[in-house]
Amino acid sequence: MIRPEEIKMSAEETGKWGMVMDQDICTGCQACVVACAMENNITFVGEEDSGYGRSMHWIRIERFWEGEYPEVKMTPNQPMLCQQCGSATCEPVCPAFATVHSQAEQLNLQVYNRCVGTRYCANNCPYQVRSFNWRDYERPEPLSNQFNPDVTVRRRGVMEKCTFCIQRIHKAQDKAKSEGREVVDGEFTTACAQACPASAITFGRVDDPESLVSQLAKKRGHGIKHLEELGTLPNVTYFKGG
Amino acid sequence: MAENTNIVHTHHNTEAHFREKHLMLDPLPRGQMNDMVMESMHTTSWKFWVVFAILSVIVAYSLFYSWGVMIAEGLGVAGVNRPSYWGIFLVNTVFWIGISHAGTFISAILRVFKAEFRRPFTRAAELMTTFGLVQAGFSVFMHMGRVWLAYWLMPYANQRMLWPNLHSPLTWDLLAITTYLLSSTMYLFLPLIPDLAMARDRSTGWRKTFYKTLALGFRGTEGEWAHLRNAMNIFAFAIIPVMFSVHTIVSWDFAAATRPGWNSSIFGPYFVIGALHSGMGAVIMVLAVVRATMKNMKYFIRPEHFDAIGKLMLIISMAWAYFFFNDYMVQWYGGDKWTHQLLHFHEAGPMGWMWFAMLFFNIAVPWAVLWNQKWRSTPWIVFIVGFFINIGMWFERYIIVPISLSINRMPFTWRLYEPGIEIPLGIGTLAFFILLYMGASKLVPLIPVWEVEEGQMAHEFKKFGRETVVSVSELE
Repeated sequence: MIRPEEIKMSAEETGKWGMVMDQDICTGCQACVVACAMENNITFVGEEDSGYGRSMHWIRIERFWEGEYPEVKMTPNQPMLCQQCGSATCEPVCPAFATVHSQAEQLNLQVYNRCVGTRYCANNCPYQVRSFNWRDYERPEPLSNQFNPDVTVRRRGVMEKCTFCIQRIHKAQDKAKSEGREVVDGEFTTACAQACPASAITFGRVDDPESLVSQLAKKRGHGIKHLEELGTLPNVTYFKGG
Repeated sequence: MAENTNIVHTHHNTEAHFREKHLMLDPLPRGQMNDMVMESMHTTSWKFWVVFAILSVIVAYSLFYSWGVMIAEGLGVAGVNRPSYWGIFLVNTVFWIGISHAGTFISAILRVFKAEFRRPFTRAAELMTTFGLVQAGFSVFMHMGRVWLAYWLMPYANQRMLWPNLHSPLTWDLLAITTYLLSSTMYLFLPLIPDLAMARDRSTGWRKTFYKTLALGFRGTEGEWAHLRNAMNIFAFAIIPVMFSVHTIVSWDFAAATRPGWNSSIFGPYFVIGALHSGMGAVIMVLAVVRATMKNMKYFIRPEHFDAIGKLMLIISMAWAYFFFNDYMVQWYGGDKWTHQLLHFHEAGPMGWMWFAMLFFNIAVPWAVLWNQKWRSTPWIVFIVGFFINIGMWFERYIIVPISLSINRMPFTWRLYEPGIEIPLGIGTLAFFILLYMGASKLVPLIPVWEVEEGQMAHEFKKFGRETVVSVSELE
């Protein structure tokens, strides 16, 4: 097994965008889940499919408890989304290059119109954060009137996952470019971070030591990255118990 | 000839008994044997057509209609869900590729090792290879979310310079299975040419045209035989590594992934031996049915053949047991907590009965029955053993695919898999396999009659230890 400290990141694998999750202040209100669905045109799969493990969320709040009854204790809520791994296990297994690493944003991209639906990427994702379009789900009124024009809709047979709101990244970059400057930290954020009433989610440049995410990481000091021992180089840091 | 009589005496058998036992020692005139094979193709009872019609209905409804529904509705009609993204479709794919291995094993490896008992049933086994691969193809295409774009997985020239990802085990798989399908079909066809020519000379009407086209003008001259023998020798040797590579690469679909329970370096040989295990079971089932239902087959397929395949099955079962426990022990010894969790889930989880049934069918049943020569020479007994082995091997793949997927490193998503439309679709592939086989049994000579004739004419006896074996080694 590879120890996290032994992993040497190459320049391509160093994350650009990252997230910090503060599990201590997360209330588990699911506002991020709703905001993400609105922002990214995620369909509503209904009760039956959702109950059978086909829920379509790019971010989910995981809740666990520990101990034996009656000494049961809830552990802090754990928002789980695509960790935008620097060395993602989903990428090499796709036979059609539908799951690729973006050179510009250093994110894992899912190319919906190239996806043929082998679902290998989802099997190989240790975080289980990929959602598959099992059917063409209906969007009853008035949901059909609230599509985000910046995001495509996906049809049946296609895999999808969190993009770190890449449409917002692009918009901010375009705006900054037209004004002849760099993107300022905090100028924009992802839908989940924007919606979080407790500010438990912080999004920003992890490669910039002055950014809020880097500052938070420095301040809290003992953040963990999930399943780091697999060598996936995730870009989401979690804090709890501090 | 002197040697021959000598053998008969040392075995304390009457010559008649010896002839009855061994096909190679019981020659019939060539013309008569050809006629027997032709008769077995032409004689079709009403029962055949009843079974044929039932299977056709099953194939039309269960395979094609259900698949159409699934394409139109999406994979939601199947049972695949979040942790178990791969379900029975992949179980069936691995299963059918496994079935297809026995054909090559029998016709190529036994040909290379000059095992003369293979002669009457190489064709029956090779047909299984080709038809099994057809079902594997169906199963893997069903599995895809957007099957209408399946051609994107093929490396074809396109304007956007988009190629398949050669890092992906699925791409290796596709290339390996395509290679195997093409080469096994050619390897099926080559030894068929003399038999097609034989059938051409003995038929009229549309059959005449059919065989004439397929026989490629084979007349049986010395030069043609020399070429054919060369080609078959090359293929027999070349297809063996292809066969081993195919199932090894299928196993890499799992072994190359980061899943606990899948990421095991012994999966390659373990899958190959598992494929042979189920494949031999299937061959013996097919032979038992062919012998019982088709005319004149009792002459060609005899208890000695069931005896020989039974021995092979016993050895393969032991080898499978070794690989199974090796895989289990090494994974357990690896000490990964998720793997421990998974191994515990295999035997003590809600589907634990399947794990024990697998061990019973794959190890206990063959070991309990096949050691006995009388039992393993009895067609109906080995049919049942072969059936159990196939159930056990299907369970093994079910445990590897959906059951192992139910447990992962994110306990929040753990969930069991419940099959949906996979069941009718799986039954459809089985029905289609039997249907293709039944159709082929009426169209191509199921017995490679020239190989049997060759063996009967040119055999000699060789001693291996205390065992005297029929051999045709000077020919090939």
